[in-house]
Amino acid sequence: MIGGLFIYNHKGEVLISRVYRDDIGRNAVDAFRVNVIHARQQVRSPVTNIARTSFFHVKRSNIWLAAVTKQNVNAAMVFEFLYKMCDVMTAYFGKISEENIKNNFVLIYELLDEILDFGYPQNSETGALKTFITQQGIKSQHHTKEEQSQITSQVTGQIGWRREGIKYRRNELFLDVLESVNLLMSPQGQVLSAHVSGRVVMKSYLSGMPECKFGMNDKIVIDKQGKGGTADDAGKSELGGSGKQSIAIDDCTFHQCVRLSKFDSERSISFIPPDGEYELMRYRTTKDIILPFRVIPLVREVGRTKLEVKVVIKSNFKPSLLAQKIEVRIPTPLNTSGVQVICMKGKAKYKASENAIVWKIKRMAGMKESQISAEIELLPTNDKKKWARPPISMNFEVPFAPSGLKVRYLKVFEPKLNYSDHDVIKWVRYIGRSGIYETRC
Amino acid sequence: MPAVSKGDGMRGLAVFISDIRNCKSKEAEIKRINKELANIRSKFKGDKALDGYSKKKYVCKLLFIFLLGHDIDFGHMEAVNLLSSNKYTEKQIGYLFISVLVNSNSELIRLINNAIKNDLASRNPTFMCLALHCIANVGSREMAEAFASEIPRILVAGDTMDSVKQSAALCLLRLYKTSPDLVLMGEWTSRVVHLLNDQHMGVVTAAISLITCLSQKNPEEFKTCVSLAVSRLSRIVSSASTDLQDYTYYFVPAPWLSCKLLRLLQCYPPPEDGAVKGRLVECLETILNKAQEPPKSKKVQHSNAKNAILFEAIALIIHYDSEPNLLVRACNQLGQFLQHRETNLRYLALESMCTLASSEFSHEAVKTHIETVISALKTERDVSVRQRAADLLYAMCDRSNAKQIVAEMLSYLETADYSIREEMVLKVAILAEKYAVDYSWYVDTILNLIRIAGDYVSEEVWYRVIQIVINRDDVQGYAAKTVFEALQAPACHENMVKVGGYILGEFGNLIAGDPRSSPLIQFNLLHSKFHLCSVPTRALLLSTYIKFINLFPETKSTIQEVLRCDSQIRNSDVELQQRAVEYLKLSSIASTDVLATVLEEMPPFPERESSILAKLKKKKGPGAVSGSELEEGKRDGGELNGGAERGIDAAATIASNASTPSPSADLLGLRSGAPAGTAAPSASSLLVDVFSEAAPAAPSAVAEENFLSSAPNSCSFGAEECSPPLPESDELLNKFVCKNNGVLFENQLLQIGVKSEYRQNLGRMYLFYGNKTSVQFLNFSTAVTCPGELQSQLNVQTKPAEPVVEGGAQVQQVLNIECLSDFSEAPLLNIKFRYGGALQNITLKLPITINKFFQPTEMSSQDFFQRWKQLSLPQQEAQKIFKAKNAMDAEVLKAKLLGLGTALLENVDPNPENFVCAGVIQTKAKQVGCLLRLEPNAQAQMYRLTLRSSKDTVSKRLCELLAEQF
Repeated sequence: MIGGLFIYNHKGEVLISRVYRDDIGRNAVDAFRVNVIHARQQVRSPVTNIARTSFFHVKRSNIWLAAVTKQNVNAAMVFEFLYKMCDVMTAYFGKISEENIKNNFVLIYELLDEILDFGYPQNSETGALKTFITQQGIKSQHHTKEEQSQITSQVTGQIGWRREGIKYRRNELFLDVLESVNLLMSPQGQVLSAHVSGRVVMKSYLSGMPECKFGMNDKIVIDKQGKGGTADDAGKSELGGSGKQSIAIDDCTFHQCVRLSKFDSERSISFIPPDGEYELMRYRTTKDIILPFRVIPLVREVGRTKLEVKVVIKSNFKPSLLAQKIEVRIPTPLNTSGVQVICMKGKAKYKASENAIVWKIKRMAGMKESQISAEIELLPTNDKKKWARPPISMNFEVPFAPSGLKVRYLKVFEPKLNYSDHDVIKWVRYIGRSGIYETRC
Repeated sequence: MPAVSKGDGMRGLAVFISDIRNCKSKEAEIKRINKELANIRSKFKGDKALDGYSKKKYVCKLLFIFLLGHDIDFGHMEAVNLLSSNKYTEKQIGYLFISVLVNSNSELIRLINNAIKNDLASRNPTFMCLALHCIANVGSREMAEAFASEIPRILVAGDTMDSVKQSAALCLLRLYKTSPDLVLMGEWTSRVVHLLNDQHMGVVTAAISLITCLSQKNPEEFKTCVSLAVSRLSRIVSSASTDLQDYTYYFVPAPWLSCKLLRLLQCYPPPEDGAVKGRLVECLETILNKAQEPPKSKKVQHSNAKNAILFEAIALIIHYDSEPNLLVRACNQLGQFLQHRETNLRYLALESMCTLASSEFSHEAVKTHIETVISALKTERDVSVRQRAADLLYAMCDRSNAKQIVAEMLSYLETADYSIREEMVLKVAILAEKYAVDYSWYVDTILNLIRIAGDYVSEEVWYRVIQIVINRDDVQGYAAKTVFEALQAPACHENMVKVGGYILGEFGNLIAGDPRSSPLIQFNLLHSKFHLCSVPTRALLLSTYIKFINLFPETKSTIQEVLRCDSQIRNSDVELQQRAVEYLKLSSIASTDVLATVLEEMPPFPERESSILAKLKKKKGPGAVSGSELEEGKRDGGELNGGAERGIDAAATIASNASTPSPSADLLGLRSGAPAGTAAPSASSLLVDVFSEAAPAAPSAVAEENFLSSAPNSCSFGAEECSPPLPESDELLNKFVCKNNGVLFENQLLQIGVKSEYRQNLGRMYLFYGNKTSVQFLNFSTAVTCPGELQSQLNVQTKPAEPVVEGGAQVQQVLNIECLSDFSEAPLLNIKFRYGGALQNITLKLPITINKFFQPTEMSSQDFFQRWKQLSLPQQEAQKIFKAKNAMDAEVLKAKLLGLGTALLENVDPNPENFVCAGVIQTKAKQVGCLLRLEPNAQAQMYRLTLRSSKDTVSKRLCELLAEQF
């Protein structure tokens, strides 16, 4: 169990320190600073063990969050908690920065009291937390005794993530499929590794206690339906747009509101959603990934003092779609003394501080091609070490899911209130972003 | 040094550094550095030539980046360019970069060396200094090669500036330290000595460091420096503090120079010239007088400087050890420091006093401070100071104050720091033994020691107390009584149980008359501790029980009962089980007189150097215990070690050794033949009898073989079957003259390893036959023959090796060797086996040479030459002059001569290049004393080897053997 939680700024000064258990002393605060933040080499492991005390840390911009324990805890649980903690803080006061933390430290202590009890994680659902931890202070005249007693029953009850009696004039929900696609490609264009990690994020503004059912083109479900003979023709025609019918999901996790027993038996995703924004599920796929861009590098060494680089990028999706925020990063040797760049589209610049040429294109349609060529001058050096040729990396954003995931339906049932599935306004959006998208050169 | 002018401020560098300092994270810092590096690269690459200022600035930035821990792989060329600049600051930065970043890049080194040469040749003193500093800072072998001949010239040249001379002296010192072989002594050495007379104090200070280092290697060539140093010292000491202006440090004239002078003088014996000596004594007296004067300043630097000189002076006085007056005065001075506020001073005082205590002139004076030292031991807060106090107590101890000191140390031991406990225990044990007037006091002390600090009492300590008790009749009864009383404590240390078990087993009968310590009570007391002890102690106690059966027949049934119970006779530990079984059988079968013979009282131990002393020496490192102590250890060691284990094993566990050959069994085998053991050999033959009756299945043959004295098992082999020895066997033999272990022979099939040990005229050799193939050797047999008259000179016994050697396996064969008289041939070893059907026949010479039976003899220079003259008959001497086969390295020669088995005598021969050794060859018939002298001639690469011994054949043979070694 977590013994304590510390938040440091980039200098290693403690901003927040909350100790939950007696086995964690004050010196633990210094131990982490000395051994991790101020370590000579950069500490890459997120878990550090110092004098039989384990430190789990995550870093958000310049802020370090460290959970400390002397016990043999489940590391995945601790990290899940830390991520959750970050989400909660973001939901309360926006970006996690030193200033924001300093301005909200009373709130953070309040939150820490609530979401961790003697080191055991408690309800960390933002929606639920917001009902009793508020930034303005509790307006007691409006909160009746009943409402306050409701808080207790809700927090300890079966559906801790949603309170009763929510009412909206317009029942609306937003569904975002956010994916990041990771790739490592050989210079010859062979895919060495590729996977997509995606999230389904939902923002719901629904009245009452609605029961929702979510359907997507998961291969197992589609195959089952096909075999069962009860082929849903309408569903199929919906999918008709893309080339493939179903996708194979390697693994997925759900928000706690999803009834796992039902998923296990019927593979249907049904749940009572929390109010507001939350992450419904996370998943990962590795098969049949649509790679939005292809990078073709050409590096030629001309003598000892010159290097010629030519990079072609090709977009590989429907011409009607537009990719955005494209950025190609071409690493340069460490002894670069000068760079000349010519590119057909966008802007390219040699950034000495990052040892790379950065080429930015604002927009690019599908099935297009663009090219950059650069001449790099080198300074002869003493040691004969060869340049390691780090891969060319790329960033972009595309309006479709590279995994091929499609939302088939999201049905809402609220038996007690008088609105039906058809009355709910639903919005679906797909965003594919680049994760680590690299091509060797 | 020229001041940095305003224009050289290098604003860009300052901005860059402050940027780096302001970076918020490591990543930001790396980004900034990358940017700067790219900028510098583009600047260096740029077409237009950079001016000196910007070059300097960029090189400086690179240096800063390097010092931050980043790799720099360019800019060397620019730095080298800076060297040829005429501006001081540019040159300085260039040299700085090179001395920090240069690696042995051949191309650049040449350019750098060129630049340095130019600067050395210039008449500009600052440039010369820069160049010299660079050479010294790099200090690589390449630098030494290029400049080792140049620098001495600069150092002694008449027109060199003082500051350059200073740098040159220190630079030469550095080169000499890194590659002494390249700095050749020449005519400049004598002129270096005369730098001591230089007008400039800085030059003298620098030169004296060089001279001290050089004179340690070549004391002869620098002998003249003594008188010069003395006169310089007297001039400084007698000068008023204002005379030396720049070199007066807080009212102390030239403290560093004085310390260095005093240290230089410590490299030499006292000056023989009366006038010089008088002057020196005067100086030392002045220094001691000055220490008494009231301080001229309250500043700590003043007293530090003064004390530094004083302690060096005292060190010199102790080194000379010939001026009683000065020694006593030094001692009194140190006595004052013992109570000084300053902890460091107290530490130094205690440390110096330790060395003073060993001088006969000041020993008494040191003793007067005993109370202070004892209180220091008790009250000092710093453990290192307490440690020194303990050292000093140990050093100042003699017969008159031994009781007091030992008592104090014992009482301190209870609270002593863990880190020094073991050493304290050893010291108490040694002092108690060395100055014991009556041995009951000694026994009391050691038992107390075990009681107080049992965990820190090493084996040697309790072995020793047992040896002493056994060798002294008068103390045995008292020891038994005391031990008995000590054992009655509810919790006593295991070491106490060991001592108790051993002593009661031997001398329990002496106190059995008292009804309070009747045999049965004794036994019950010991047995009550039995279950709490470790296996070795239990084994010892079992031996004690069997001895009880002999001493007190009335306890026999009780003890047999104990031995018979399952926890003994079926113990999971082999040793315990075996002892229990054998003792039980022994007690039930053997008649009382057999028992009495087998379990006779242990014979007195042979006298040898105290092993405790050896252990203390090992702990402290060589040289920490002075030679005088060693001598005393020998004189006083009226009763000595050999391991009490030996006694126990010899008397009682012969049988167990026989069936499980362990390292201790081997030792025993060797010793049982030695004249010391009287009980063991007589017992062993009896024991074999007992065994053949009691346990017919027991491998009695094996038992016999382990005791060559009782069952000689000589091998006879047909000599005609043997092939002639291999042609290379002579060479193989030579390999083993100076060493005892190694690979004797190797071919594609077989590898033979040798391990041997020799004691007096006996030896034991282990031969390891390793089958290198994957196929087994059949009909494997080995034979040792002594050709010709060797048969009457050497007795080699062995048992046959196993007939089959599996592929990849190794078999071991043991050879017992006895030297009857001196010999010159080597015995032959014949090995025969079938490998894949073909018969292999190999004959080798066994590496047994006469020198293996050397006993080293230590003697003084006087003794040596007296004996050398006594052996002056022409046939007693053998001499050979031969060419060196290997490089003439003194350390290698030393190692070889030690490997020969003789004692290497230091400081005997007037010429330190020569080696002198002495030893006695032990044969059964007689002992032959041998003296050896080896004179290397480095120029001609020749040696002259001279051997003198009381027997002409020995001289000749040794001379032949040794001539092949160097």
